[in-house]
Amino acid sequence: MIGNIVAGTFSAGVAPVTSSYESIASSTLGSSQSSITFSDGGAWADYKHLQLRVMLRGTDSRTNVSGYLRFNSDSGNNYSSHNLYGNGSSAGSDANGLGNSSVNLRDLISAGSLSNTFHVLIIDILDFANTSKNKTVRILGGNDKNGGGTVSLQSGAWYNTNAITSMNISLDNGDLGTYSSFALYGIKD
Amino acid sequence: MAATYEPIATTTLTGTQANIEFTSISGAYTDFILTGTVVRTAGSDIEFVLGNGSYDTGSNYSLTYLYGTGSAAGSGRGINATKGNAGYASSTNPMSLTIQAQNYSNTSTYKTLLVRNSPASGDVSAIVNLWRSTSAINQIKLTPNSGSFGAGTSLTLYGIKAA
Repeated sequence: MIGNIVAGTFSAGVAPVTSSYESIASSTLGSSQSSITFSDGGAWADYKHLQLRVMLRGTDSRTNVSGYLRFNSDSGNNYSSHNLYGNGSSAGSDANGLGNSSVNLRDLISAGSLSNTFHVLIIDILDFANTSKNKTVRILGGNDKNGGGTVSLQSGAWYNTNAITSMNISLDNGDLGTYSSFALYGIKD
Repeated sequence: MAATYEPIATTTLTGTQANIEFTSISGAYTDFILTGTVVRTAGSDIEFVLGNGSYDTGSNYSLTYLYGTGSAAGSGRGINATKGNAGYASSTNPMSLTIQAQNYSNTSTYKTLLVRNSPASGDVSAIVNLWRSTSAINQIKLTPNSGSFGAGTSLTLYGIKAA
């Protein structure tokens, strides 16, 4: 069942079992705010995996900002990230090794960029409640600005065996802008 | 609980066809995902146009892409294009394709679409497309830029509905 869900989401057209992929919560910002948090409160107990689908734009006047993805209010140096990206002229790779304070979300579009344009992210957190292992995230994302932009494949890790009970996204500069949207989905096994 | 992830429509070809389109896409969903396998009669890029009531064929599309050839990785860009791009499909083996459009029916933002393209032979790629329109998307048409879609091509459009 979960294989069908993952395959249906990212690869071949295998029909998912629709009752296994459920919407948990969502938010579309009517005004800017500094961060967004999704918390469990018991609603995640039925799920094996989580998917966070994001469309955001920062308020900072720069063209791009970085973002932080953190779990369970942990802002300690317990994260790492790796990134494969294309910037329109070359492919590259970078990393924030173990000892970082978040999973790094890179090259997020901000207010200095082409208007009405947003960065999209699809963040998968598999086996988020397992207490026997650290947590790994998979991210597909990007933005295009008609002459600028980046597409990237990222991995991130939270070096903690606790079940994930909350997740938070914030930016290194400025706020999350109006019309930014965040939708959390749970996937059953 | 109402289904969150629903199939909206499916097309499976038994012969060649010049293009594949999905029209009258309901605005009841938050995101759509178009996914499946593509068979081609000639190796070429798969392109698409979007619209609301009619297709936008103006120079309102652009893209940034990341690809791997098997011996090298690279990136490129297209600007002021008249079509979006879903990557290259060869004529010999099927391509696995997924196009994701988030908040496709909102009328406040331009539309950004993420593409993952996994051909059996040829470049694997990830592409971000921008359609510079605040119109809701209610139709999409895919067309190879040479040749046709081949028999066995199967694409399904899914809707994802947020709470």
